[in-house]
Amino acid sequence: MSSIRIHNLSKVYADGTHAVKGIDLTIRDGEFIVLVGPSGCGKSTLLRMIAGLETITTGDLYIGEQRVNQLEPAQRDIAMVFQNYALYPHMTVYQNMAYGLKNRGWQKSAIEERVRKTAQMLEIEHHLTRKPKALSGGQRQRVAMGRALVREPAAFLLDEPLSNLDAKLRVQMRVEIKQLQRRLQTTSLYVTHDQLEAMTLGDRLVVLNQGQIEQVGAPLEVYQRPETLFVASFIGSPNMNLIPVQAINHPLNQAALATLPQQTDILGVRPDKLLLQPPTTPHIQFECSMTLFEPAGAESHLYMRLCSDEHNLVMRVESMSELFQQPSFTVYAEIQHLHPFNQSSGKRTDS
Amino acid sequence: MVENDRWSRMLAHAILILGVALVIFPVYVAIIASTHDGQTFLSGTLPLLPGTQAWQNYTTVIFEGRSRAGTPPIAQMLWNSFIMAMTIALGKIAISLLSAFAIVYFRFPFRMFFFWIIFMTLMLPVEVRIVPTFQVVADLGMLNSFAGLSIPLIASATATFLFRQFFMTIPEEMLEAARMDGAGPLKFFRDILLPLSITNIAALFVIMFIYGWNQYLWPLLITTDPGYYTIVMGIQRMVTGGDSEPLWHLVMATVVIAALPPILVILFMQRLFVKGLTETEK
Repeated sequence: MSSIRIHNLSKVYADGTHAVKGIDLTIRDGEFIVLVGPSGCGKSTLLRMIAGLETITTGDLYIGEQRVNQLEPAQRDIAMVFQNYALYPHMTVYQNMAYGLKNRGWQKSAIEERVRKTAQMLEIEHHLTRKPKALSGGQRQRVAMGRALVREPAAFLLDEPLSNLDAKLRVQMRVEIKQLQRRLQTTSLYVTHDQLEAMTLGDRLVVLNQGQIEQVGAPLEVYQRPETLFVASFIGSPNMNLIPVQAINHPLNQAALATLPQQTDILGVRPDKLLLQPPTTPHIQFECSMTLFEPAGAESHLYMRLCSDEHNLVMRVESMSELFQQPSFTVYAEIQHLHPFNQSSGKRTDS
Repeated sequence: MVENDRWSRMLAHAILILGVALVIFPVYVAIIASTHDGQTFLSGTLPLLPGTQAWQNYTTVIFEGRSRAGTPPIAQMLWNSFIMAMTIALGKIAISLLSAFAIVYFRFPFRMFFFWIIFMTLMLPVEVRIVPTFQVVADLGMLNSFAGLSIPLIASATATFLFRQFFMTIPEEMLEAARMDGAGPLKFFRDILLPLSITNIAALFVIMFIYGWNQYLWPLLITTDPGYYTIVMGIQRMVTGGDSEPLWHLVMATVVIAALPPILVILFMQRLFVKGLTETEK
């Protein structure tokens, strides 16, 4: 177990693609960090640079106190779980898990003991003699985890490990990974494009966009106070509504809008913070018309359009209301729940 | 889809049966001919029913050979052929596995250039380069040796190409996982690539064994010592050598025996062979 320090790390591919642009990040010992971002944001490249599977163009990478830029993956004392598991198809589960230990010159008895212990922890001890082909997706996932865990590495790298599972299994494995990490206290780095996974798993989130860090913080902190427009639109489902100030700039809102920081031209508001009844606190209001009602069980999503400029919004509601049948209805949002942004800088204006 | 009525099916079968008959007939004649005595052939007509001399013909061929034709007993030639075919098959597989490994997994200057060179030699059969190759082998003093028989035929573009294609279907994560597990290139090759290629190796072994076994022109050129005659060229010697009429009944018996090993190889490795050509294990 150890910390990982990343200093000004960059990756430029041979074809000139600048995949990772000067990233600084310190991962504390035992911390669970989730790298999240849309595809092509450089999150996998960053992970693979830490793993040693991609060379580092510039910058420094420390695992523990050691600078590991030039070390082979196997020498870095890390383990990785791959998206497609990459289990060796011709080896049994036992052999798959033992292979890394064998290559490190472990004694047979020590390997046996460690593999059994790990298999027990992951509840795959009954499958040790089977080949990966004979296992279900979830079981393969466990074996892949086991192969990484068995070495008790300093850090754990997971590259979208759940994306090949069906939705139900994904939720179950997510919980298990979280519990496992809590128990083992191994420094972990988890890459995903699924913001729900990111929110639920990580001690801290690192939101990446175009090879750069947009925001680092605890999941709720990132959710409640996105620092940039990108984070605001990326984290949260359904997406945060981003309303141009000029679209709601009518007399009823003048007083409320005047309290916003300078330079604010975009207002973000979460779908669950939109109201149908006027609140008592200072608020803004605007006329909308319904475009689609999407019932989803416990909550439903109401898609609507601003009457003033055709801007699309989404709102979380309890149920279908009579109100929505009317050509237009009024929606309210409290000032305290608004996220003010500046369009051109992409940054929050109230910081 | 194809019409499935009675007549078209019968027609299809008729064509297939005719095709099979065309292929089987010469084999049948050879087998029949090997069961008659030498006199039968002098009359000029080939019998189409089995004779009575089978046992005697085969024992003569196997245990006595034809000293007059200057060929060794058949066992010696079978052994020579076996050694040659095995060396060629195993050598080809070893060389092409390694070269495919190098081409797929290592980045070195002119990698694609070398690949294309190898690929282009696919178009050159042994016969095209046989004179220069003979010169080289002669200068190296490898005439009349197993080395001379097999080494020049070992380099194989076909096998290299097949292994290259197979290696490229193995997900890259497999290599990366092995790297994380502390396996160097050779360990990766031995522990991962080799076991994964086993069906391909079996398929190629069958093809290459038969290729080596059926070599005719090359052994004919470089062996003058009967101790190194292979069975396929030995048959030729039996026909042309000696002063008398060829003893067709014995030649045919030899032919039938010579055809057996490739058939056995196919029979035993059929399952792996088909798997190797059709299935890709993931």
